[in-house]
Amino acid sequence: MGPFAEASNIPLTTRDAVARMPGVAEAGAINFQNIEAAHAGASLRLYVIGYEPEHPGGPQRIAEGRGIGTSHFELVADRKTGLLTGETIRLGRNRFVVVGLVEGAMNAGGDPAVYVTLSDAMALQTELDPAAQRVQAARGVVSVKSASVAAVIARMAPGADVDLLAATVRQWKHLAALTQAEQEEILLSSVVDLARRQIGLFLGILLSVSAVVIALIIYTMTMEKLKQIATLKLIGAPDRTIVALIVQQALILGASGWGIGLVLILTVKDYFPRRVVLEPFNAMVLAGIIFAVCIAASGLGVRAAMKVDPATALGS
Amino acid sequence: MTDGEILIDVKGVAKHFGDGETRVDALRDVDLQVRAGEVIALLGPSGSGKTTLLNVIGCILAPSAGKVTLDGETVFDGQWLRRDLRRLRLDKIGFIFQTHNLLPFLTAEENVAVVLDLAGWSVEKGRARAGDLLGYLEVDHRAAAKPALLSGGEAQRVAIARALANRPRIILADEPTAALDGKRAGLVMDLLRKLAVEQEACIVTVTHDEKIFDRFDRLVHLRDGRLADA
Repeated sequence: MGPFAEASNIPLTTRDAVARMPGVAEAGAINFQNIEAAHAGASLRLYVIGYEPEHPGGPQRIAEGRGIGTSHFELVADRKTGLLTGETIRLGRNRFVVVGLVEGAMNAGGDPAVYVTLSDAMALQTELDPAAQRVQAARGVVSVKSASVAAVIARMAPGADVDLLAATVRQWKHLAALTQAEQEEILLSSVVDLARRQIGLFLGILLSVSAVVIALIIYTMTMEKLKQIATLKLIGAPDRTIVALIVQQALILGASGWGIGLVLILTVKDYFPRRVVLEPFNAMVLAGIIFAVCIAASGLGVRAAMKVDPATALGS
Repeated sequence: MTDGEILIDVKGVAKHFGDGETRVDALRDVDLQVRAGEVIALLGPSGSGKTTLLNVIGCILAPSAGKVTLDGETVFDGQWLRRDLRRLRLDKIGFIFQTHNLLPFLTAEENVAVVLDLAGWSVEKGRARAGDLLGYLEVDHRAAAKPALLSGGEAQRVAIARALANRPRIILADEPTAALDGKRAGLVMDLLRKLAVEQEACIVTVTHDEKIFDRFDRLVHLRDGRLADA
């Protein structure tokens, strides 16, 4: 299930084996690790992705600056790191120059990504190993990590059968092979599932609290309008008209809340530590839930309105 | 008393609240007839039963006994003979309140038209009728104003227009002049009389306002739930 749902470690030579397979246009090896780096007097948690320049696995689109042009000590960072092009930052024993910026690159935990060359990333892994392993490396023992990567990314040739290739890799190379859709599915159903459930729980709590608040507001507004409701009943308004008025109020309240919430989240979502993707379908589902909450919340007000005696409209 | 057709016919109506030691007789064997074109006042001290009688005629409160006939239709005879009392009120009765009770979120014209909307009129016809009524009551220049921006007299005239909107022949008024000064109270009563004559309606008013007693055709006194004299 690697490299997203669990740790994975495969030989670097796998990249060449995959690149030679029929239907593969090009292949690139990547690895990644989380590190803490000091920057501007603060600790910065980074998701370091090592990739081979000119091969798949690097940044999708450079928003500012350029891609990595040399073999060592250059990096491309996500904007959320706070790094600026031209700045330098120490990773491990070496100082890297920020040559470009990207947007929306982070891991499932929300740590912003930085891209370095695969060789730099592999060296960084070794440098961060415990002292004993560094001693072994000094003795000439080749570290297992120095020759291994987390995954190989293959780009298919036009018209190639990706499922057939994946099956071939599984059968003959004894490796897990995932299509992009399968990776996305793993990310959603496994890696971010817990976060999704947590957000769902918070959403449930917030909606419950909102329902109570809306119910109290509608109840208070109804109590303030008892005389008007009594007048409407007296002049012949049927219950459905009065119920419609109260439900309409609740729905206007809910729609306003939904609209303000939507504008707010669209305005501030880019400042969230994690990448927030709000699809139109999600917004519509939320609107549906709010609609149901408003209908339920207006029940208290409707109950109070139904009890109003039309006779109370008479007299001062 | 006029010789128009009988629009309100209350016979042997009684109403009591509670039972046993807590029983209170609000109305006892009340007989009352009101004819088209008549403007009458229900008078009496607090607790005499005038509001209860108004509520019974207005089909808001079921009598304990008796028979009530409105505009030729017997609506209560031991029990309500109509299931939908709100529709009955909408069709037959117009209400005028002490404080105008206009809906604050609607304009003067919309306040009148809302009754017609409830009665099933089309929006265009309802607005036209509302406009006509406001013109008839000389308050059409305020048709677009919200109640908060109307003077006391204007608001009460809009309320009267609302009461007349669905052409009811029975108008029940609860202290309609209480919030008005003497001059405006007289104008409102003159207006009600004009309506009663021109629309062949009857007007039953609960009032304590002595300055308008001379504007009524009859003063109906209630004491301890009984008609004292008429």
